[in-house]
Amino acid sequence: MAGRKAFRWHIAVFLAPAVLVYTAIMIIPLFGTLNLSLYNVQGQNRVFVGLANFATLFGDPRWSASFWNALGNNCWFFVIHMLVQNPIGVLLAAILSSPRLRMAAFYRTAIFIPTILSFVIVGFVWKLILSPIWGIAPGMLDAVGLKSLYGPWLGKPDTALITLALVSVWQFVGIPMMLIYAALLSIPDDVIEAAEMDGLTGWAQFWKIKLPLILPSIGIISILTFVGNFNAFDLIYVSQGALAGPNFSTDILGTFLYRTFFGFQLQLGDPHMGAAIATAMFGIILVGVCIYLFAIQTRLRRYQF
Amino acid sequence: MKKTLRFALLASTLLAGTAQAEDVTLTIESWRNDDLTIWQDTLIPAFEAANPGIKVTFSPTAPAEYNAALNSKLSAGSAGDLITCRPFDASLELFKQGNLADLTSLAAMANFSDVAKSAWQTDDAAATFCVPMASVIHGFIYNKEAFDKLGISPPTTVDEFFAALDKIKADGTYIPMAMGTADQWEAATMGYNNIGPNYWKGEEGRLALIKGTQKLTDADWVAPFEQLAKWKDYLGDGYQAQTYPDSQNLFTLGRAAIYPAGSWEIAGFNTQAAFKMGAFPPPVAAAGDDCYISDHTDIAMGMNAKTAHPEETKKFLEWVGSPEFATMYANALPGFFSLNSTPVEMKDPLAQEFVSWRGKCHSTIRSTYQILSRGTPNLENETWTASANVINGTETPANAAKRLQEGLESWYKPAP
Repeated sequence: MAGRKAFRWHIAVFLAPAVLVYTAIMIIPLFGTLNLSLYNVQGQNRVFVGLANFATLFGDPRWSASFWNALGNNCWFFVIHMLVQNPIGVLLAAILSSPRLRMAAFYRTAIFIPTILSFVIVGFVWKLILSPIWGIAPGMLDAVGLKSLYGPWLGKPDTALITLALVSVWQFVGIPMMLIYAALLSIPDDVIEAAEMDGLTGWAQFWKIKLPLILPSIGIISILTFVGNFNAFDLIYVSQGALAGPNFSTDILGTFLYRTFFGFQLQLGDPHMGAAIATAMFGIILVGVCIYLFAIQTRLRRYQF
Repeated sequence: MKKTLRFALLASTLLAGTAQAEDVTLTIESWRNDDLTIWQDTLIPAFEAANPGIKVTFSPTAPAEYNAALNSKLSAGSAGDLITCRPFDASLELFKQGNLADLTSLAAMANFSDVAKSAWQTDDAAATFCVPMASVIHGFIYNKEAFDKLGISPPTTVDEFFAALDKIKADGTYIPMAMGTADQWEAATMGYNNIGPNYWKGEEGRLALIKGTQKLTDADWVAPFEQLAKWKDYLGDGYQAQTYPDSQNLFTLGRAAIYPAGSWEIAGFNTQAAFKMGAFPPPVAAAGDDCYISDHTDIAMGMNAKTAHPEETKKFLEWVGSPEFATMYANALPGFFSLNSTPVEMKDPLAQEFVSWRGKCHSTIRSTYQILSRGTPNLENETWTASANVINGTETPANAAKRLQEGLESWYKPAP
């Protein structure tokens, strides 16, 4: 063809709505937050302070203790999700995709429903279930003779975070289940038949054939879990309040940010320190996602059918 | 078709515009969501009847979210015309930021004593920015039937108090005391700041703390924590996960005998509880000691400096400052004691009991509210965690006091 191709305007036109909306509600606020974290109030004026807010956040013994406590709790929250939510999700998907299972559609829907519930409902309902006074948890344990195992889990520093993480797992286990289920269904029958011809059935078939084929999906789920957990806030706030009690044992970055940014009770909000925490959270998530994208995803082997 | 729709839309906006111009609607921001019906059914109709042309909407936020929500609304310019004021620094800061208007010249201000106004004034008392509404008194509410059945009379000393708790516990019918630590503020507000004034001698200790001549690590300030640490044996099973509404329900259902209370509970308890209730002030160390109560200036109302209707808003505030409002408010909400200089007749016996302590005990306000919660870490919020930890047994009284003092010293330098 002679001459250059005409500029393809339709591409720009079709992209424009999404780009504009995304810029207006995501990119501009993001840079606004990053910018805000570089300022602080001195007297009545807003002045540029450079990285002084970060120096306070990481250098001041109180601020840094709160920050590391929140980060540590957040990591633990993530670890529980990775160790409990995702294996259970894979297991449920494997069971659901078994052709011998009856009423698979019912189980699939039932397990997925909590995911679409509001955090407020989930937090409130679990708080009631576990309540030492009105809850059904003590009664149910009593019925099977395990009353001694019961404790006010949400009120004890060493169990509160684990309990909340498990509630969150209960709520979101449907997502890995659905993604893995879809991945399992997309494995062509020829591959499975070939494996059967070679004598691979049951668990061996799962480990050797299916698992490698769904690994990319597991990778995606892991990164979704990571981003979701490090942005989490709602469940803790609904069930433990902004102080993330007892004694800050359930404080994660989201609640720490909320308390700092908006203030709490007599503590007035500090948007500048809040923005510094938000920036730190952004950095943590960015680093995590980058590690995944460059170190893990590039090494995952993909199979073309 | 398109044209008709366009005309219809245009017409409706015009109509809506004129409708707004006729009636001025004032919106009240408040954290008292419990009082919604009282404002809607009693207070607002009384005002609207006397002031045609002004409509008032009461629009409360949950107490724990109020300050954060209000600050965001004010900075976004979407806050209501009337702002319910928290005492001391939270409101002072709003005034300094130019969000609350100066109300010193309001005629109704003459109806209030200097002490009543002190919570909503600048440090030099030159400007007052909220009209005082009410104070709340701390003490203990008890189940009279339970006390009669077990033959206990309301305790006056700490020893009698614990003897009564032991007796209730030994009997086993009732949970001795209904309180939980899950929400933390109960432990600080109904615990530490309820029993504390008897140890630190009310205003004397509070002002000495502000002046820097006393420290939170002094024996008088650690002693309330030591008493709180002993409370844990008398709370219900699983009190660590018991929330504030749980405690209220335990008591009003008749399952607990004593409720560490603030007088704001009276109205709710009167409607919920089917048994007779009584109240006693925080017990003193030895019989005959002077008693001190927390009579905390808690609630006031100010004007959003950026309101579109300053005249109507001031009219409403003049009414809030009137004896007429004081009588109506104090009787609609027994337990919120009017700060108006005109004495108010109250009909509720429990409220009368609470207010009678003003005659025999010395009044003070919560130790952490004035000046000491201005910085970060915030002493009031730290006290919540510390009091809950002490009751849970995860921090010793001495360590909790030491941590609070260190936090305070990190930013607060007493004026020399």
